[in-house]
Amino acid sequence: MNKRIFEIPEEDILCKGHMACIGCGVPLAMKFMLKGLGRKTILVVPASCNSVIDGTYPFSASGVPLVHVPIAAAAAIASGIRAGLDMIGDIETTVAAWAGDGGTYDIGFQALSGASERNENIIYVCYDNEAYMNTGIHRSSASPFLAWTTTTPLSSPKNVPKKNIDFIMAEHKIPYIATASIAFPDDFIKKFATAKNIRGMRFIHILIPCQAGWKTNPSKTVKIARLAVQTGIFPLFEIKSGKITLNYNEKDVPVEEYFKLQGRFSHLKKKDIINIQRDVDRNWKRIIKLTKVV
Amino acid sequence: MAISVKEKRINDQQSLLLEGTYAVAYAVKLCRVKVITVYPITPSSAIAERLAEMVGDEELDAKYIKVESEHSAMASLIGASHVGVRTFTATSSHGLAYMHETLHWASGARLPIVMSNTNRSLGSPWSILAEQTDSLSQRDTGWIQFYCESNQEIFDTIIQSYRIAERVYIPAMINMDAFFSTHVLENIVIPSQEMVDSYLPEFKPKIKIDLNKPSAFGGVAPGDSYFEFKYKMEEDMLKAVDVAVKADNEFEEIFGRKYGIINCYLCEDAETILIMTGTAAGTGRVVIDNMRKKGKKVGLMKIRLFRPFPSRAIIDVLKNKIKIAVIDRNISRGVGGIFAQEIRAAFHNTKYHPPIFGFVAGLGGKDITPEQIENVLNYTIESDYPDREAYWLDIDV
Ligand SMILES: Cc1ncc(C[n+]2csc(CCOP(=O)(O)OP(=O)(O)O)c2C)c(N)n1
Ligand SMILES: [Mg+2]
Repeated sequence: MNKRIFEIPEEDILCKGHMACIGCGVPLAMKFMLKGLGRKTILVVPASCNSVIDGTYPFSASGVPLVHVPIAAAAAIASGIRAGLDMIGDIETTVAAWAGDGGTYDIGFQALSGASERNENIIYVCYDNEAYMNTGIHRSSASPFLAWTTTTPLSSPKNVPKKNIDFIMAEHKIPYIATASIAFPDDFIKKFATAKNIRGMRFIHILIPCQAGWKTNPSKTVKIARLAVQTGIFPLFEIKSGKITLNYNEKDVPVEEYFKLQGRFSHLKKKDIINIQRDVDRNWKRIIKLTKVV
Repeated sequence: MAISVKEKRINDQQSLLLEGTYAVAYAVKLCRVKVITVYPITPSSAIAERLAEMVGDEELDAKYIKVESEHSAMASLIGASHVGVRTFTATSSHGLAYMHETLHWASGARLPIVMSNTNRSLGSPWSILAEQTDSLSQRDTGWIQFYCESNQEIFDTIIQSYRIAERVYIPAMINMDAFFSTHVLENIVIPSQEMVDSYLPEFKPKIKIDLNKPSAFGGVAPGDSYFEFKYKMEEDMLKAVDVAVKADNEFEEIFGRKYGIINCYLCEDAETILIMTGTAAGTGRVVIDNMRKKGKKVGLMKIRLFRPFPSRAIIDVLKNKIKIAVIDRNISRGVGGIFAQEIRAAFHNTKYHPPIFGFVAGLGGKDITPEQIENVLNYTIESDYPDREAYWLDIDV
């Protein structure tokens, strides 16, 4: 794990009174992000749980200007805000899109890919809870292999793997990509502070357990997020100018430890877990290999 | 930059020979637009090209985002407009349809974005030629809509639209006919930058993103608030009729040109009025002249402002007429032409009920000929009442 290289601000920008469910990891992630980015930030939020979490009119819990937008539009609207700010001479303020996995991997992907190809000077954050939680736990292309969702019921669980968004983004040759976890706040906040000082398109991917959608105990949200990293299911890394660095080098927990806390995987058979473990091991090796590529 | 063939200067310094697309680009430049995003589509593409040159050559100080779709074109303007800068995009047909969701968002967020749309048919089957069904099927998105006849009118309406949109905080769409406008050269009077500046001061919105007053835009509006927002918007949309009239009058004071929200030709003593829009209205006037020579009491009304619908102004002219004919280059399947339906609706709660004959013509860029228009008027004069919602020209009549 990285050593702490800067002081985490005491002040919380995220306010009390948000409307997240009990045990939701989103406010924690939002809080950490704003610590890293500071008050000179404009958020762009497409349709997602966060459309609700921020509060209803006339309230807003984010503590910075927040623009709600249609689900497919986050990257484009953030690009437009950036262009507008540049035209009024404000090159300092950070524009950050904060989108769910559905708004990122699926319906918002065209706009995200376009903004990435143009190397827009924005930060795009995907908070990934591995389904369309806001509409009712519907499968997305970020939902894991064999996961239960309401559109992949037990009679037909998801039969294809999760899309590898980080590497798809890497192929866009953008200056900064990182994964982050609410269970590793130092690393999380540092990544946002780093991203803030880079120009061009930056993509940060956060895995956020959802107690309602993952059928987990609300008090275990952070633990499950930590297990995702420790099992190697969600490795913490950065890709800076094409160079990948692992930020958490251990992979010492079997995937079963992660699965057994989640109702959405309760139907997995022994052989399913063996297969998944094999895939996770293979992916981990691949990343290790990539870290050695100069 | 080398002056291209399309804009060969003619003697008068202030006149340029421009196609409709270039007329749009020149107007946008004079309006000092700050953020531009255009996704190409025939026959609107030359707008994207000319604006790209203007920004590239630093003739125009603006950001031009080369987006990957029309959805993103409108979306990025939504973003830029939240910061409080003037914005522009251009599209057509499938591009406009693809924007649909963002059109609602832009008007709901009260962003005075201005967009040109070249009226083009929608597939299937493919056609890139003139038809208004594209913009008319966006009539409920809460945008101000103009329909223009000449390239000068297009140019001037872009400038007027910023003034109107920024007063009522409602976005505006300027419609022009595919090819008949976009690809036809016309001599355009180009005013000086000073003249446009005096008509169109810098855009300074009442509300915009402010880091010192962090607030959310467009979040969930609970209870009665959503209803109240929509009421306020409708109030302002209705006000936009007078705002448009005023903007046109003020425009005349500076530029010496004026269009009216509707335009009437020989309507005063006419017994039968023909209603048309866009470039075809020009052909309509020629037919009116010819029929007048034959002693027929006919006149032509061109509708320029379609949203908000200027019902009062229209009824005032039409109320004592014996018959009305409407030629629509558009179709709402199952009810016929859309302008005809709107005019019927405008009459409904009045005490005047002239027969209104609807004619569908020119879909997919088919010519609307003087002979057809004369047939329309003769048919209307000779029949007591229409026996259907719409007659298809050359098929029914
Ligand atoms: C065009 C469009 N289609 C569908 C929806 C309905 N919708 C709202 S949120 C959402 C899914 C959001 O999923 P995700 O991005 O993963 O965010 P989460 O709800 O999980 O936080 C969908 C499909 C919408 N708002 N707009
Ligand atoms: Mg999700």
